[in-house]
Amino acid sequence: MKLIEYEKIGEKVYHHVLDNKLNIYVLPKRGFNKYFAFFATNYGGCDRRFALGGKWVDTPAGVAHFLEHKMFDTEEGNALMQLSLNGASPNAYTSTGITAYHFECADNFYDNLRILLSFVSIPYFTPESVEKEQGIIAQEILMGEDNPTRAVYQNLLRALYAHNPVRDPIAGTVESIAEITADTLYDCHKVFYNPSNMVLCVAGDLDAQKVIDTAREIIVQEAGELPQRDYGEPETLYPNKKKYEVNMEVAAPLFRMGSKFEQPDNGEEYFRFLLLGNLACAVLAGTSSPLYARMYAKGLINNRFGAGFSYVPGGMYACAVGESREPLQVMDEITAEADRISREGVDVQLFERLKKASIGNYLRDFDDMENITAYLADGHFKGYDPMKGLDYYDKISIDEIQRFISDAFNPERLAISIVWPNEADN
Amino acid sequence: MDAIRKQIMPNVELTCITTDKFKASYFSVYLLQQLNRENASLNALIPNVLRRGCAKYPDMESMAAALNDLYGAAIEPVVRLAGEIQCTGFISNFVDDKYIPGETSLLERVIGLVGDVLLAPVTKGGNLLDDYVASEKEKQCEKIRANLNDKITYSLLRLREIMFKDEDLGVNVLGSVQSTEKITPSALTKHYKSILEGSEIQMFYCGSATPERVEAAVLEAFKILPRREIADEAATQVRISCGEPNYHVEMLDVTQGKLSLGFRLGEIMRSPELAAITVFNAVYGGGISSKLFLNVRERLSLCYYTSSMIDRHKGVMYVISGIDFNKYDEALGEILTQLEAVKRGEISPEELDGAKKVVSSSLKAALDSAASMDAFYLGQAVDGLDYGLEEYAALTEKVTKEEVEKIARSVCLDTVYFLRNKQEVPQI
Repeated sequence: MKLIEYEKIGEKVYHHVLDNKLNIYVLPKRGFNKYFAFFATNYGGCDRRFALGGKWVDTPAGVAHFLEHKMFDTEEGNALMQLSLNGASPNAYTSTGITAYHFECADNFYDNLRILLSFVSIPYFTPESVEKEQGIIAQEILMGEDNPTRAVYQNLLRALYAHNPVRDPIAGTVESIAEITADTLYDCHKVFYNPSNMVLCVAGDLDAQKVIDTAREIIVQEAGELPQRDYGEPETLYPNKKKYEVNMEVAAPLFRMGSKFEQPDNGEEYFRFLLLGNLACAVLAGTSSPLYARMYAKGLINNRFGAGFSYVPGGMYACAVGESREPLQVMDEITAEADRISREGVDVQLFERLKKASIGNYLRDFDDMENITAYLADGHFKGYDPMKGLDYYDKISIDEIQRFISDAFNPERLAISIVWPNEADN
Repeated sequence: MDAIRKQIMPNVELTCITTDKFKASYFSVYLLQQLNRENASLNALIPNVLRRGCAKYPDMESMAAALNDLYGAAIEPVVRLAGEIQCTGFISNFVDDKYIPGETSLLERVIGLVGDVLLAPVTKGGNLLDDYVASEKEKQCEKIRANLNDKITYSLLRLREIMFKDEDLGVNVLGSVQSTEKITPSALTKHYKSILEGSEIQMFYCGSATPERVEAAVLEAFKILPRREIADEAATQVRISCGEPNYHVEMLDVTQGKLSLGFRLGEIMRSPELAAITVFNAVYGGGISSKLFLNVRERLSLCYYTSSMIDRHKGVMYVISGIDFNKYDEALGEILTQLEAVKRGEISPEELDGAKKVVSSSLKAALDSAASMDAFYLGQAVDGLDYGLEEYAALTEKVTKEEVEKIARSVCLDTVYFLRNKQEVPQI
């Protein structure tokens, strides 16, 4: 067990790797009554084509999410219920890159931890239960298709990417999930839920050794091979399609515009780039930027407008999102301001102020155990230390911010997704 | 983590929790006003308009810049109820300055800005700005209308409107669309000045600073706070008896029926024991170990969800549930049957124990959240109670089955509200 101390932020983390390669991170939170456990596999909606022992396998869209639904079934019943009855609040989610199972509780932490580790590591599916779930998930997918916020999000990814599986929804389609069988689920569980591909992160006023001992007792699987993944042919820096428009039941048009970036291979560089990109988006279009004030005053945007920088497996993208009667005019305003900044430079005071705000927000996140355990897991999978954020902020230069804005909001590189109101509503 | 409450100015109390377990510090300020039809919309609108700009930072851009400069501090308007007392003001979250090298006065500067926002608004011709008032009025109306979108919220709101038709709690915390639309900048400014000097004020701080440092910061930031005698102290009227239950059906275009019940806690409200009331609620309908959840939902499948909740100040209990339209009689019958069972003392040791566990977990979780502690201590201040959250948790551990039965026997049904679809004729 290794102890890492972070003096600047007054935190420490215990890190241990079990013989079967399961990585465990324990963040002691002295004085807290709550405990939080986060158990995740490096397996998300985009991990559809992978190689084991050099052999490539293709799976239908939606398997990771389907597995997440089914993992709660145990031979004895349902782990969700079991945890709830034991005083915990459990939940799970599947993103493009990971599947995570977590719970929060104030009592019986180690009992709950045993339940969590056990149900996630022991698959239990029957053809009947898989078929039943197909109906449930199909309903979920159909409901999602009516959701304009989801559509505007998914359509931007389709506009940006030509090959990346992020083009398809994480849950898959009604057709793709119909191809899933109990065997598909067992196979994917075996590949991706092996201890080498997973991480356990816990936070709370607890004893790190006891957490490690509990994990060693429950996770008896052997280390496995780390699957190689394929996210499709390399993407260019230009969008697949400049504009993606649909009509749906919305009061005002929704828009989401964005541009692609390459993902740095090195984890540390990735993390620094992520912080840099978000800071740059705040400089360009955050609530204290002149651009935001101008667009707000013109009635082009409302307080749901925002800009940020995100990750997808195999890539990264910057985006600006909101609700506006004139989404294309918003795009013109943004590209004009980005152009001005690329010529005239970034306002130094604005940059310094936003750096302060980013530092404050970064620090405040440490009070939220759910956030911090998720960051630890992400850092583990990508190879960076999320506890060292302050060091990276020191290394971000104003020139890099200028360059980022100029690249990200260059009209050549931008794509836009718009959900217009239905004709009848106009 | 004991709370220290102190009167620091006339009718201004500051409650401080000193702890170094959080990286974020928390400060809130509430003006306490009687909830009523006349003023609810005005009271609710005030913090939202004030937040748009103060004399020093008169617009969104300069206000956002000032907050960024305070390491991303947040100052948000808040409107909440403690019984029939409408509490309006601001909640602020900011990073503890001990984590920022070279920074020693962040607390003072953030509380200073809260003071600026509350006490020194941007004005024109002596009034709050027309366009800020107009756009915040619009947002408030939008929020009130949005209550119709979530049918769970809507049915509870309607239950309260019906049950308390001639009591203050029948008024929505944001007032109504009609009363909001009628507000003029001059009327709002006049009301703002009046409540600023005439309200009891509660403040709450949670963070690593000593109460002395917080008090000094507040006294400096609020030194221009006007104070006068408080004419009518805001208070909650508790009705002890129910009379005959009132049944109400409403039809809307909905796919699931919403059955909501309002009870009064009765005689026990003459000297309410909060700990026992809390455990009673957990035994009957609060959480997944309760009789309502295990019997009405799980065993009999009469509803999609069901739970009970208490308003400790008003002395009432609500039961909410989502049901199929044709299950009205059965569901209503079973909800009442479960209450009868608690009255008769049919509470197994496991049920009592499970209920106490649910209560204890939620109270322990509240101790990890400054926002939850703020809500609890505001309630304590309003009720004039001195004990803290930890003592409250300890009291719930000692609650006996007899005390739970006693509360159940005191409870009486006041109002039944059923929201259903338009198609079929109700079978009532």
